[in-house]
Amino acid sequence: MQPDYAITAKDLTKRFGDFTAVDKISFEVSRGEIFGFLGANGAGKTTAMRMLCGLSLPSAGTATVAGFDVYRDNERIKKRIGYMSQKFSLYEDLTVKENIRFYGGIYGRSDLFIKEQTGYLLQHLRLEKEGNTLVRALPLGWKQKLAFSVAIFHEPDIVFLDEPTGGVDPVTRREFWNMIYEASAKGITVFVTTHYLDEAEYCNRVSIMVDGKIEALDSPSALKQQFSAASMDGVFLQLARKAKRTEG
Amino acid sequence: MKQFRSFIRKEFYHILRDRRTLFILLGMPVIQIIIFGFALTNEVTNSKYAVLDNAKDIVSQKLIQRIEASQYFEGATRLYSYDDIAKAFRKGAIKIAIVIPPHFAEDLGQLHTAQVQLVADASDPNVANTLVNYASAIINDFQQNEFNKDQQLPYRILAEQRMLYNPQLKGAYNFVPGVMAMVLLLVCTMMTAITIVKEKETGTMEIMLVSPLQPLLIVVAKAVPYLLLSIINIISILLLSVYVLEVPVQGNLFLLIGESILFTLVSLSLGLLISAGSNSQQTAMFISLIGMFLPTVMFSGFMFPVENMPKPMQVISNIVPAKWYYTVVKSVMIKGVGFKAIWKETLVLTAMLFFFLGMAIRNFKIRLA
Amino acid sequence: MEKIQVNGIVKTYGSKQKKLTALDHVSFTVKEGELFGLIGPDGAGKTSLFRILTTLLLADSGTATVNGMDVVKEYKAIRKQVGYMPGRFSLYPDLTVKENLAFFATIFQTDVNENYSLIKDIYEQIAPFENRRADKLSGGMKQKLALSCALIHKPTVLFLDEPTTGVDAVSRKEFWEMLKGLKQQGITILVSTPYMDEAALCDRVALIQDGHIMQVNTPADVINGFGKKILAVKSSDMLSLLQLVKQMPGVLDAYPFGEYHHLVLADEQVKLDFPGEVTVKETAPDIEDCFMLLMKNHAA
Repeated sequence: MQPDYAITAKDLTKRFGDFTAVDKISFEVSRGEIFGFLGANGAGKTTAMRMLCGLSLPSAGTATVAGFDVYRDNERIKKRIGYMSQKFSLYEDLTVKENIRFYGGIYGRSDLFIKEQTGYLLQHLRLEKEGNTLVRALPLGWKQKLAFSVAIFHEPDIVFLDEPTGGVDPVTRREFWNMIYEASAKGITVFVTTHYLDEAEYCNRVSIMVDGKIEALDSPSALKQQFSAASMDGVFLQLARKAKRTEG
Repeated sequence: MKQFRSFIRKEFYHILRDRRTLFILLGMPVIQIIIFGFALTNEVTNSKYAVLDNAKDIVSQKLIQRIEASQYFEGATRLYSYDDIAKAFRKGAIKIAIVIPPHFAEDLGQLHTAQVQLVADASDPNVANTLVNYASAIINDFQQNEFNKDQQLPYRILAEQRMLYNPQLKGAYNFVPGVMAMVLLLVCTMMTAITIVKEKETGTMEIMLVSPLQPLLIVVAKAVPYLLLSIINIISILLLSVYVLEVPVQGNLFLLIGESILFTLVSLSLGLLISAGSNSQQTAMFISLIGMFLPTVMFSGFMFPVENMPKPMQVISNIVPAKWYYTVVKSVMIKGVGFKAIWKETLVLTAMLFFFLGMAIRNFKIRLA
Repeated sequence: MEKIQVNGIVKTYGSKQKKLTALDHVSFTVKEGELFGLIGPDGAGKTSLFRILTTLLLADSGTATVNGMDVVKEYKAIRKQVGYMPGRFSLYPDLTVKENLAFFATIFQTDVNENYSLIKDIYEQIAPFENRRADKLSGGMKQKLALSCALIHKPTVLFLDEPTTGVDAVSRKEFWEMLKGLKQQGITILVSTPYMDEAALCDRVALIQDGHIMQVNTPADVINGFGKKILAVKSSDMLSLLQLVKQMPGVLDAYPFGEYHHLVLADEQVKLDFPGEVTVKETAPDIEDCFMLLMKNHAA
């Protein structure tokens, strides 16, 4: 166990029957790093992420998250990570405050902590007036920013973001990334997937998965150099076009 | 026409590919018939009983033989005093005691009246009630046969319908029509409502609406497969009841099936109406269960007799389609009457069909909101 | 000829006390054979507009025509002539590829062979999986199947509501290739997307935000109309660079943009001094730059 790494994976593999969804992937993510996890639909991103979050047991290989083994300590892992996805993040029929309270509650934070932090959080998001508004009534961009704040509310070591900015307007998208930077500056490791390739540029390092394998892993500038591409778009297309797999 | 056929074929794919639901739909009537017919029946057979025969004359002997011969009672314990009754009950050896007074035959012959006392263990009121009913029925039957002139036992005998048309006192007679009503309602109302709402949820309804397809066609095509499925269910329930529960169909089989199809159509149009008002499968299911299923159980008369309900409840029961259908099935299947006896119920069901179908079509939205 | 005409459409949801305006006096026209993009984030009102145009929703006020027919009065005729691919994955998951296509063909009163030539190029890519159930397809393949289904009756106008949302960059590129092919066959296409980079692939675009159309133009003219100079800067410490440039006088706006930060300058005359290690270059605006500027102006 390397204390400097938030996540380590060695030959991590997941098989479903004779289909290998994730095929011996190996990488390390340092503490506080913003790690972009890219890949085409069906490349195995979601499966890999599930294993790291302790939701699914690997078929082979080893991995640690926040220093804990994904086989033995997945319950401990869950306490140390935050998770947010585009599809499910907040309860639409609860108010902003109720959502924060609820998530603070599941991670066992004290009432005092929740109360203090809620005030601070709402102020930070400029949502003071919306504390008692149903989440349903908020614009998408606000929802996503709120969802991110809630995902890091319990001060996790690592936060997993699954396509957090899909469909969000360009201004809010940048505000969202600003929040990611702030979290990273506080020492939270950020593990993020996205379909916006300009966002890949904002990551410290980026991995690109093709057909269950990690085909490239480096900083955006190094990757562009390696593939002699002008942008991450070019890098991604070169790699993803090689994909043979069709399953979703 | 081709659109219609293709739509129905698609509906069958949905139904046939969802094996689990299909199994439930076709297996449900079988399971319900078995549960209601055997397990939940309030029939009590082979109950231990005791006799305190203070008369010991020919008539009392005959009566005891008659009771012993029935399938409901067996293993008579002979008692010799009133104290023995209490003892026997406390030991749990018997469920009912029959007390015949002294001079039983004399009283009957001369006074034309005699009393028989039935003592039952009311710690289980249902069983006690049933046994008292059985015993009364046997005594009633006995006196009719033995003293078939104008002689009457002063004993008040509960003249329940069941005993009139169900001489063997079979509980299943009551359950078969009830299960038929329940199964048809559940399959038709709930399933049609859910399948239409499902298309709203997946977004395919949007495309359907944008297509030149007639809205009416969507509605009807959704209903057809469940009509067929219901006919299968009707047949399987009838087969089960005739061959397994030994409840014969007394009346015209085709009349019974025809009436069942009418009720199926009523249930289908109710399902369509519910689907028009719901946007999620959950809502559709809740409305079907609470709005349709519960009233059917409560008010159709097969669980709780409608005649025993307070007046307002009896009035309410009239708007429950299953009540009318239940009466029809009981009349045709068990009493064996013809169409003449049930035209009124048929008319009510037909009126309900047109009303609900009309409402469903009127409320079917050609747009999303 | 105008294939689609939208005139002052207003659509609100909710009660009187809490009114939510989804579309606020939206007007534009789409010409025959045009590939027209409706570009805007989620919640901008794109789906409401699509539903009004496909006759699924009634507007509060304003008028719209498709193929010259009124979307309210002549909805039946419109429904025969348009193809529509809703935003959600709207195929039957438990039917196979082939069964889905055949079903949609019959409900649109045609069969698969009649217009096969139109979908041939698209359908051939999924034909090897003809007998696979739709829920077992990958995102890209589902999208191709949905497009084939929307095209099977040879519509003259095609409505595609966010066809590329949640789809990876490769599949998105392929999808736009297919649209180009359809355009060449003379089909008018109205497509919506939250991805700003896809705007460049349209003939003309409408930029929509909060139910309000900010601009209708060709992509090139949207960019030409930006009218401000943009500098792209980068250094080894992007975060503090952003803080630095935001404070600089003459900088209207500064935001991350891929590997650079974009600086929108107040006018041509602005001269900025950067620390030595900062790379600075002048760059042409992107649609996304334009969109953000329009958003700012709109909010102000």
